[in-house]
Amino acid sequence: MTDAALTDDAPERPAIELRGIVKRFPGVVANDGVNLAVRPGTIHAIVGENGAGKSTLMKTLYGAHRPDEGEILLHGEAVTFKSPRDAISRGIGMVFQHFMLADNLTVWENIVLGDEPGSKAFLDRKRARRTLVELGARYGLRVNPDAYVSDLGVGDKQRVEILKVLFRGAQIIILDEPTAVLVPQEVDALFASLRSLTAEGVTVIFISHKLDEVRAVADDITVIRAGRTVGEVQPGDVTARQLAEMMVGRELPRPEPRTDAPSETVELLLGDVCIAGPGELDILDHVSITVRRGEVVGIAGVEGNGQSELLDAIMGLRPLKSGMISVGGNSLDGLSTRDRRDVGVGYIPEDRHKDGVVLPAPLWENVMLGHQGSKPFSVRGWINRIAARAAAKKIIAEYDVRTPGCDVAAIALSGGNQQKLIVGREMTAGPCVLIAAHPTRGVDVGAQSAIWDYIRVARTEGLAVLLISADLEELLALSDTLLVMLRGAIVATLDPKTVTIAELGAYMTGAAETEAA
Amino acid sequence: MIKRISSVLLAPAIAILTSVIVASLALIVSGHSPLAALRAMIEYVATTDSLVTILNRAAPLYVVALGVAIGFKMNLFNIGADGQYRLAALIAAGASSAFSLPRVLHITAVILIAIIVGALWALIPGVLKVTRNVNEVISTIMLNYVATGLSAYLLVNYLRNESLPNVAETKTVPESAQLPSLNGFIENFGFHFPRLTVLNGFLPIAILVGILFYLLIWRTRFGFDLRITGASPAAARSSGVSPKGMIIKTIMISGGLAGLAATGFLLTDFTKYNETFPLGLPFTGIAVALLGRNHPGGIAVAAFAWMGIEQASRGLLPEKIPPEISKILLGTLLISSVISFEVVRRRNLTQTIKQAAGAIPGGRSSSDPPHVGSTSAGAPA
Repeated sequence: MTDAALTDDAPERPAIELRGIVKRFPGVVANDGVNLAVRPGTIHAIVGENGAGKSTLMKTLYGAHRPDEGEILLHGEAVTFKSPRDAISRGIGMVFQHFMLADNLTVWENIVLGDEPGSKAFLDRKRARRTLVELGARYGLRVNPDAYVSDLGVGDKQRVEILKVLFRGAQIIILDEPTAVLVPQEVDALFASLRSLTAEGVTVIFISHKLDEVRAVADDITVIRAGRTVGEVQPGDVTARQLAEMMVGRELPRPEPRTDAPSETVELLLGDVCIAGPGELDILDHVSITVRRGEVVGIAGVEGNGQSELLDAIMGLRPLKSGMISVGGNSLDGLSTRDRRDVGVGYIPEDRHKDGVVLPAPLWENVMLGHQGSKPFSVRGWINRIAARAAAKKIIAEYDVRTPGCDVAAIALSGGNQQKLIVGREMTAGPCVLIAAHPTRGVDVGAQSAIWDYIRVARTEGLAVLLISADLEELLALSDTLLVMLRGAIVATLDPKTVTIAELGAYMTGAAETEAA
Repeated sequence: MIKRISSVLLAPAIAILTSVIVASLALIVSGHSPLAALRAMIEYVATTDSLVTILNRAAPLYVVALGVAIGFKMNLFNIGADGQYRLAALIAAGASSAFSLPRVLHITAVILIAIIVGALWALIPGVLKVTRNVNEVISTIMLNYVATGLSAYLLVNYLRNESLPNVAETKTVPESAQLPSLNGFIENFGFHFPRLTVLNGFLPIAILVGILFYLLIWRTRFGFDLRITGASPAAARSSGVSPKGMIIKTIMISGGLAGLAATGFLLTDFTKYNETFPLGLPFTGIAVALLGRNHPGGIAVAAFAWMGIEQASRGLLPEKIPPEISKILLGTLLISSVISFEVVRRRNLTQTIKQAAGAIPGGRSSSDPPHVGSTSAGAPA
């Protein structure tokens, strides 16, 4: 405190500062000299591609692991965090991308869990609720303390997570990709909350790769690339495009407008498909979709509105209650998943690690996955290893899968390379219909544009694509027709060339319905 | 190549070393000389008679272990080999004397009966799992007790040798259904067996099953489906594998192999089913499948080693060393091999990940660093 008084004109001391942080994992240097200085009471964004080392950096800050080199200064004082508990006790709180809440407890119970006020034996409910209501009012984070977490929407759950760290006395809050799970309206609400937090003196560190959002909310932006800090900028000084170039280190390919038109031949047809839910309501409610040759039909919607069930229905992983699905004019009724694959349905599953690859298996075996029943991979029940290896090598080369060879287990590859392998596998099989769920989720910008290009090329060559994605940019970039799914039903058919993000958001949340009514 | 071989042999080497040290310590503590014990064991086992005995016992053990291993390959735990083996032995024994056929056909028929009985008994937990989602570990263990009771009932009431009123045993398997010894065949090559030493005819069957097992698991589409179902059930399902069909087929193969193993004794040394029939074998098979890493080559080595150590321990009695030391040896061998294989597997995985990262220009990962298990963040308290 004294030396700050000595130098009146010295710049404000950072709330938290990182100097030369290096963190290595087996085979990768996740952080390789990161410097960061966060002014108190500001929103500081950290942007970078997937895998640039953002999350590793945050874990360092939060005490989840210790850096191999470098130091952390908290209000100018060097600190070492042995565990997240240390970080919390020094006023640093983290809000994870995936919520860690107990659904069967109420909001206030979740917030005090692990840090209960009162004596050792008794919980002071009154004090807990009072503190919570005060905190909520002070920071503009309103939630009903007595609601069950299972009844809350995603935005409310996030507010509960933020309240949880505030309740523990956090003055520095780290948010890891907080907008990934939110619809546009909820994002605005979150940003308003973050501003009232900083107005009260809280420092916010905001990790994201959504550049428009970062420019909208941050006071300062630090860009990291390949584990290194490449610059600190003010949001007013850069465009989203310039930021993207700093992140990627090269120019982004511009999406090219399409010149040809899709054909009239219907490849994939869903007619009034219903799937029974656990309760009274159907999970899929009379869904009708038409995808023509050479057309990409995109499905937007907040996750959990029936998209997974729609995928299951098409792939034959879940029985229909009513309705019909056909491919190329032939009904899929009664066909197994394998039969559907064989009639030419390619499938990029939504969960890569669970459904898309077999992690401990080598790449040449992963390349057969889903196509093990057909030539060239098997003939009369016998696996053709030579053909499988040749196919794997071809996919590795053509789809730029970075790997030492095709005998490596899939687990050794990064997420983006695994995804490129999956896309390559499905494309190479020559499908007539491609069901692509979140084809670029968790993939870096370079791989993303490559995968988009593959889909565009295949579409031009006549592939019918049903694209389910949570990434609006992806949907707008690829789709010829855009459908919106809400509560298991298709609620809107939009033209991606004219639709605005605000319109989409309104349909996705159901706000458009209430306006119309 | 040398690197690859050394990485394959590293884990068993660690396991053997550990178990030998533990067994030696146990001997020293109980006042015996480990070296004397080792010498006695080696001297006892290094005779043609001992080696033939080991082969005779290891062959059925090998087959039952393959049956357990095929289940393990897709995370299906058939603990019911005991019941499948027991019923197959009893019913095949009873049936063998009920009809007569020329030799080759008679042997084939009895073996098929044993396989079918084992497969059908294994079908019960399979159907329970597929239709009612009953955990197969529980149902197979319970069915072992049912099989014990059922076999006693069948033996006493239907399959007993009526001419021996006070003995609960089946009739002897007719000569035409017994597997011929291999002595004659091998003596063609100029090797001579000591008197009373008989190498059983089940050995070639066991070797054939091992080769078929390898081809089935690693060279056929069925085997591919089976392995991916074991490694990632969701991915297998999305790829078009029917999980229910795989469960039924695999557990029936598993049970069929348990049944086949029973004929390894029934049609050779024990030509009837009675209380002396070797019943402990299937449980040993589980241990041997684990020890052999579910690979036909590994299981062959494990089955031979297991029976070898058991045989060698008989040489300890004259030296006044408790032969139970072999149990300590086998137990620590099993535990330390499970641990050392896992440690070596993780080490190799880390190396592969390093190599894969090295394949990326600039030496950086293009996406999240792959997690090896220790890098995940702690949840907020």
